Amino acid sequence: MITVKDLTKRYARTIAVDQICFEVQKGQIVGFLGPNGAGKTTTMRMLTCFLPPSSGSATVAGFDVLEQPLEVKRRIGYLPETPPLYPEMETADYLTFVGKLKGLSGSDLSKRVDFACERCAISDVKKKILGKLSKGYRQRVGLAQAIIHNPDVLILDEPTAGLDPKQINETRDLIKGLAGDHTIILSTHILPEVEQTCEQVIIINKGKLVATDSVQNLQARARGAESVLVEVAGQNGNLDLAAVQKRLEQVRGVSRVQYKTSHANRNVFEIESRKGFVRGDLARAIVEAGWDLNELRPAAMSLEEIFLQLTGNEKPAGAQELVAKGAD
Amino acid sequence: MRNVWIICRKELGSYFVSPIAYILLTMFAVIFGFFFWNALGYFVLMGMESQMRGQSFPMNLNEEVIRPLLSNVSVIGLFFIPMITMRLFAEEKRTGTIELLATSPIRDLEIIVGKWLAALILYACLLLFTALNFAFLFRYGNPDWKPLAIGYLGLLLQAGGLLAIGTFISTLTKNQIIAGAATFGVCLILWVLEWVSGYETATWARVLAYMSVITHFESFAKGVLNTKDAIFYLTVIFVGLFFTSRSMESLRWRS
Repeated sequence: MITVKDLTKRYARTIAVDQICFEVQKGQIVGFLGPNGAGKTTTMRMLTCFLPPSSGSATVAGFDVLEQPLEVKRRIGYLPETPPLYPEMETADYLTFVGKLKGLSGSDLSKRVDFACERCAISDVKKKILGKLSKGYRQRVGLAQAIIHNPDVLILDEPTAGLDPKQINETRDLIKGLAGDHTIILSTHILPEVEQTCEQVIIINKGKLVATDSVQNLQARARGAESVLVEVAGQNGNLDLAAVQKRLEQVRGVSRVQYKTSHANRNVFEIESRKGFVRGDLARAIVEAGWDLNELRPAAMSLEEIFLQLTGNEKPAGAQELVAKGAD
Repeated sequence: MRNVWIICRKELGSYFVSPIAYILLTMFAVIFGFFFWNALGYFVLMGMESQMRGQSFPMNLNEEVIRPLLSNVSVIGLFFIPMITMRLFAEEKRTGTIELLATSPIRDLEIIVGKWLAALILYACLLLFTALNFAFLFRYGNPDWKPLAIGYLGLLLQAGGLLAIGTFISTLTKNQIIAGAATFGVCLILWVLEWVSGYETATWARVLAYMSVITHFESFAKGVLNTKDAIFYLTVIFVGLFFTSRSMESLRWRS
């Protein structure tokens, strides 16, 4: 559906987007991930024909953004970072205006306006003035505006920015619901959002493509060798840590055992494994030695850690901010 | 063409939903009403004086009321045009709605002409108030309507040119005040350019005076349709809109 090849955007002094290549298949939801200023918005603006690329090419539904911008625009619904609303217009009038702009007319137009309102749950504010709507409603009107002409491709720039947690969940569900009919690219710097909504992730940093893969693959890739966390407790609260460590190391397939923490009387070991490792062996070894096995879980990396690992050479300040933002 | 009309209707909606249109209309009606009242008062006084002296020299409504008033309107217009055009693009840039227009399947030129046309229609609405006043002349007097019609055509052409310039300036900034002030400055300069012809006859002075928007209106005010002057205004419209489209394109390369 979307093919991007060596896409580059150069400004007078800086390179905002540097030779990015990726492809998006029909019907996918793709998360476009990167810290602020990574070039997400610039890339999206090039895909929507708002900005022309300095070099490279991008095609949407087979049409080149430079050669046939009108054809591309007909097939794209775009929600910019701030929803492009005219504060003095009423919701329904606004959607009708956008529908006309996108080439709809007659009964088709009113049908699509009703459909978009219903889909985005804004039917109750149809007669309200846009400038007086709450942030959550504005965002949803922005989404309605993007889907009004039933475009093949939806491009959403930080669709959940500035919403409260409840609204964020609603918006995510809405986007997931739209996935069947549209190919969706959404940008975000909130990592859990990608884990929750997207099938495919494109990570960019400082204008360069860092990784593009499915969420699962990316997690698997970053995890490398599988590691497991076990929490062991001794009878009567006594536990010989050295003995436990020694016993764990003897389990088949274990390459390294590391004592992690004993916070609040919880003794956690991280076990790195290689081929032939079976979790059952580990559990059996602990129980047979007379200790209690309180917890055993695979230490899957969150996308957050993967992200930090992939953009590892970032300065820590930026990274911290990112984690903080991801957490809220 | 359909797209031009969509944009134009939306812009007119914005003018008339907000207080902008009503404030401009009211102010214009008051100002012009005052001008009209004065012109008519003076005309009546002159008429009575000439009767008392027993002379019956012909008094002409067209020459003595309509013509100076039309010239006045063209000057009042200079003050109103910046207020009409300043928001056209500056507002869209500030609120980010320009992204909606620029990513819709519609050409830049259609957006520009649509907006300019809406501004011209609002200006024509202002002129309607002058027509209301002139209607009294037709009720109680017997002026010739043809010079008046040509005068209106001239006003629309002149406004079209200045509105095109204002539209262009509005694309240069996100700030409406800046757009308005700059447009006002340019309008004022274009008005007073002809002053140089008062003391200088060199070629440069003649060129400057030629560029003044006011001098080209004189023929229209007289009720004469001068092709040269009409072409001058059409050129200003064309150049203004052309610069606007260039500016919009450069917006994309820069922003």
